[in-house]
Amino acid sequence: MWRRRTGGGDAREAAPPVEAAGPQERPALTIDALGRKCPIPIIMLAERINEVPMRDVVAVLADDPAAFTDIPAWCRLKSHEHVASYELPQGGWSIHVRRNY
Amino acid sequence: MAYLDAASTEPLHPAARDALLAAIDAGWADPARLYGTARRAQMLLEHSRGEVAELLGARPDEVSFTSSGTQAVHLGVLGTLRGRRRAGRHLVTSAVEHSAVLHAAETHEADGGTAEVVGVDILGRVDAAAFAEAVARPGTALACLQTANHEVGTLQPVEEAAEACAAAGVPLLVDAAQSAGRLPIPAGWSVLTASAHKWGGPAGVGVLAIRKGTRWRSPYPEDERERRRVPGFENVPAVAAAAAALRARAAEEAAEGARLSALVDRIRTEVPRLVPDVEVIGDPVRRLPHIVTFSCLYVEGEALLTELDKAGFAISSGSSCTASTLRPSHVLEAMGVLTHGNVRVSLPRGVSEGDVDRFLAVLPDIVRRIRASLGVH
Repeated sequence: MWRRRTGGGDAREAAPPVEAAGPQERPALTIDALGRKCPIPIIMLAERINEVPMRDVVAVLADDPAAFTDIPAWCRLKSHEHVASYELPQGGWSIHVRRNY
Repeated sequence: MAYLDAASTEPLHPAARDALLAAIDAGWADPARLYGTARRAQMLLEHSRGEVAELLGARPDEVSFTSSGTQAVHLGVLGTLRGRRRAGRHLVTSAVEHSAVLHAAETHEADGGTAEVVGVDILGRVDAAAFAEAVARPGTALACLQTANHEVGTLQPVEEAAEACAAAGVPLLVDAAQSAGRLPIPAGWSVLTASAHKWGGPAGVGVLAIRKGTRWRSPYPEDERERRRVPGFENVPAVAAAAAALRARAAEEAAEGARLSALVDRIRTEVPRLVPDVEVIGDPVRRLPHIVTFSCLYVEGEALLTELDKAGFAISSGSSCTASTLRPSHVLEAMGVLTHGNVRVSLPRGVSEGDVDRFLAVLPDIVRRIRASLGVH
């Protein structure tokens, strides 16, 4: 278990959510960054987000624990939207980002 | 080499060095014995205890010296939980406590107790209302909150937490490792911990203060030293040096703290102006005087530290590639801020303005070169 426990219903506003259910929206592009260490997954995302139409979703597959925190933080800094992060069966996450501009 | 890692350890204060050398000759004997040299060692120990107690706002008989700040935290957490076992077995901490607190919490859980972590906002400040709610739960035996965060410098709402703890009848352990000697100790603690090498004392001296009336029982085997609170032979010379450093530091702090804080403000303002895609982290106002942390997008933390080292700067980072665990700092994770490309600058006493100027001069090009090596322009 890599994730810190948060206790029952506390106020971790800053923490990105993990969704149990599957994605609501099919990503227009999937970037495979499995096995890559930060900042590489974020550089891959920044390079390719403009390949999808405005308001579409990019999925980044990553298993570096830093990516789980850093991709939502990148979205905040770059004014894109972090939609959700879904756990992958083999470990790691599919982190969904909506292109905002 | 410019030393900018005071949060890891502050260089030995000259007053501590003088006191240490004098006490090695005067205070080497066993303070528990009754002959002349032993009584001298005991007097030195008790004089130091009185000084540290006064400077930290405790009574001398509340203060024990440990072999480190980490040991003070372990004894403070586990001993108070043991003393409060009949009240309950629930422990409350913030998400950004020092690993010594979080590891003690894991030991408590492995022993059948429960632990709850209260989150922080994006500035690293614990949610005081959520903290108050957590300590009010039935069965809470102890709450722990740091005075200020060791990685990002943000001050915690300790007095608010102490009021909530007092209302709930729960003791509060306050970890003052980063602020002791720099800022006044907030009121309301039941157990206080600190570490001498963070304020310019020698390594190997921690402080554990337990307020009168707080139930505490040692988690260690029986030992008569330090009022049965800390096992093992006291390091009297180091304790004397720790007290001398704290006294000297407290006397200088009004001027030196303000000077360091102005340099931190300068770094906080200049770094995002000089380097694109940087996030400066932590509370800009309610913060320690000497710590500033920032993260550079698209930069590997280890590469940044290596390049800064080559340029003559001793500095630390919370990025995962620089940690033995290969995990990012739990503090940065809990805040939800960028964890890669992270740099913590912490200014020691007496740092020159020129060192800060030079740091600001070399940083932009170092970041640009590392980004270029990863194909980011």
